[in-house]
Amino acid sequence: MADHEPLILAFCCHYCAYAAADLAGSMRLQYPNNVRVLKLPCTGKLEVNFVLAAFERGVDGVIVAGCLEGGCHFLEGNLRARRRVERARELLGEIGLEPERVEMFNLSSAEGPRFAQIVNEMTTRLTLLGPSPLRSACGAEAGVREMTRQAEKMLESDRAGEANDRCQP
Amino acid sequence: MIVANRKNVREIRDMIQGHSRVLLVGCGTCVTVCLAGGEREVGILGSALRMSLKLIGRGEVVVDECTIERQCDDAFFDALASHGAEYDAICSFGCGVGVQALAERFPGTAVYPGLNTQFMGLLESQGVWAEKCSGCGNCRLGEFAGICPITRCSKHLFNGPCGGSRDGQCEVREELDCAWQLIYDRAKEIGMLGRLEEITPPNDWSKGLDGGTRKVVREDQCIAGLGPKA
Repeated sequence: MADHEPLILAFCCHYCAYAAADLAGSMRLQYPNNVRVLKLPCTGKLEVNFVLAAFERGVDGVIVAGCLEGGCHFLEGNLRARRRVERARELLGEIGLEPERVEMFNLSSAEGPRFAQIVNEMTTRLTLLGPSPLRSACGAEAGVREMTRQAEKMLESDRAGEANDRCQP
Repeated sequence: MIVANRKNVREIRDMIQGHSRVLLVGCGTCVTVCLAGGEREVGILGSALRMSLKLIGRGEVVVDECTIERQCDDAFFDALASHGAEYDAICSFGCGVGVQALAERFPGTAVYPGLNTQFMGLLESQGVWAEKCSGCGNCRLGEFAGICPITRCSKHLFNGPCGGSRDGQCEVREELDCAWQLIYDRAKEIGMLGRLEEITPPNDWSKGLDGGTRKVVREDQCIAGLGPKA
């Protein structure tokens, strides 16, 4: 590993990549520990500004990992996510940040080794690209923690909303 | 609705050079529906703009965002009035009307457009908007089976297609439908073909698209003393 260890935020779908990451752990597979996993109910939940917010907070790269095409639990969430990732890449290009810092991957929940391979692949790529010029000395990790907290809060309020909806006569 | 699309982030960044506090103002109406300047898009552009400024060493510039219900109505500016004055520049993500409304409301503040306003149009399919109306001030859609030759015929012809109509497509750009083919097909469908045999005289362009800006005045709605300027 070079001097610079990239910080990666991985938006993982609950039904596939998140389970695959879990499996990679159960299988005792080794992969760089510089990835922070943020669970989404589906990659279709991903918005372009989630990706931009991650870069604004100083991460070096973003992985968006959803189900295999045709296998989305919500039919086409992963296909929408792919288009949003493309839009985010376009915007990164416009502001002068390498679009390759964000990538969409597709995998199934049974592919623990594939998850490890994805993290390895992105770590190598980001090490070659070097640190994000937006990364502050110590702010990136705190930024990712803040994003995770916000995401959890958002999901909690979504769940509370659903519970309230169910209570309606 | 009014359809617009966003400007390049670098273009916006270059426009606001020299300002230290910039407010991006979204509009909750047409441009929200056409996914150009609503709350979500302003959030995306705000984030991109802050990063872009940081990358050129201007990270100290404050870029905040807010979205109001409608920029083309002064009534909705109250929410903005309280803190709008705290900024030395405003970038409007409304249509051209919104930009000018903000400029009128904040005379001492620089106002910039974040969008390129395109046309009055209709959602054709998801993510695709098509121009339908030019606001000519003298609507004659009833004479043309509900399809506007001023907007949709590339040559604005009033009396049938030109010689460049091929298999229902326009010679100006192949992907364009020939408006006169559409008019003919629809007139046939609704039994109006006879109308197309009449010669349509030239349009009265004095009612719009020429002769300066227009005003619509409803005297019965004007408040005494606050009516239209003479």
